[in-house]
Amino acid sequence: MTAWVRVEESEGFAPPDARAFDLPPLFDSVEWLTKPALQIVLSVVIISAFFLLTTRRISVVPGRLQFAAEGVYGFVRNTIARDIIGSHDFRAFLPLLLTLFTFIYVNNVFGVIPLIQFPTMSHIAFPVVLAMVVWVVFNYVGIKRKGFVVYFKGVMFPPGVPGWVYVLLAPIELVSTIIIRPLTMAVRLFANMFAGHMLILVFMLGAEYMLIEGGAVLKAISVVPFALGIGITFFELLIQFLQAYVFVLLTALYIAGAISEEH
Amino acid sequence: MTYLLSVGVRAAEEPKPLLPETAEIIIGLVAFVILLWIITKKVVPVFEKMYAERTEAIEGGLVKAEEAQAQAAAALEQYQAQLADARGEAGQIREEARTQGASILAEMRQQAQAEADRLVANAQVQIEAERSSAIASLHAEVGTLASQLAEKIVGESLTDDERQQRVIDRFLADLESESSGQAN
Repeated sequence: MTAWVRVEESEGFAPPDARAFDLPPLFDSVEWLTKPALQIVLSVVIISAFFLLTTRRISVVPGRLQFAAEGVYGFVRNTIARDIIGSHDFRAFLPLLLTLFTFIYVNNVFGVIPLIQFPTMSHIAFPVVLAMVVWVVFNYVGIKRKGFVVYFKGVMFPPGVPGWVYVLLAPIELVSTIIIRPLTMAVRLFANMFAGHMLILVFMLGAEYMLIEGGAVLKAISVVPFALGIGITFFELLIQFLQAYVFVLLTALYIAGAISEEH
Repeated sequence: MTYLLSVGVRAAEEPKPLLPETAEIIIGLVAFVILLWIITKKVVPVFEKMYAERTEAIEGGLVKAEEAQAQAAAALEQYQAQLADARGEAGQIREEARTQGASILAEMRQQAQAEADRLVANAQVQIEAERSSAIASLHAEVGTLASQLAEKIVGESLTDDERQQRVIDRFLADLESESSGQAN
């Protein structure tokens, strides 16, 4: 990451661009093992270890560790799954929602963890995978619950609209459900993490450049971008949670819409 | 393209952040499926079982508390009934004791009265007997004393027993009639 700073010594400061996300393989011989790939594996290990340790001696009266795990589990279970999908159907989707939430959240938080400091989800492949999983799941449960024809009729012809509007509405709804939904899910998560990381980079590298390369005045003023960079880092903590929450919330909404009888 | 010199060939390609890499799609999918499998098999069932147990424990506790309350109420009612019974019984016993005491008192009084009567009667009989015996002994003694006195006064002439006896009898008869006349 220090590459461009060193390179630009002669030409002044060049802000970081998309190249900052193009990380080389950790070992030259293993092409696929990049930093984000390692982080994905690490997140699976961390989440598995957390839940397996906290549920190993689970009891009706929670200990401190179990209380922490229950906080996460209860948040996804009660606040998202049960409230949106409804108490009758939500249990079947708990593993998916819990996995999505913890997987996205941990990989997002990697963006501010010292020494890691790279949000895995800023590589669009990962959000795409998750969005595709969600797309498959909500369409599958919809078709399984209602049958192919009834499901797509429900998607394209929502009730409570005058007949002629369907000429316009039906194709829009179809495209919205089948194409726009997964696309926006993936891009929203990716873009938030990408932009957040970029923002931190701009402030931190700018401050670093001012401190190292600048004159006395610039060195003193570098306190400001450093402070802002730290502030933005904390702001990112919020965004990282919100994006994980929004992704899982939308998943629950899509599943609820697919299996509900209102259509 | 000045950055070429430090980053190498990779940086030379224009990065396309919106283009997903195949390797990352595979890694992401595999990682996600592994995590999903672990959470489906090992985490969610454990939590759901615990939640069910907790619900059961709370509901069971409520039922138990209700039972205990009902039992306590029944016990209280029973105690109160027993207490009322005991009070009634005590009153009855007290009443009985009072009547019994009264009857005992009356009986005692009657017995005492009878004893007193008996004692009085005995005493009267005794007194009568003693009086009679005293009178009888006096009879003899007074006669002897009077005759001795008279002998001393009139001398030897009166030594004849027969006569003497007649005189005494007469004297006593006079005396008796006199005294009875006086008494009348």
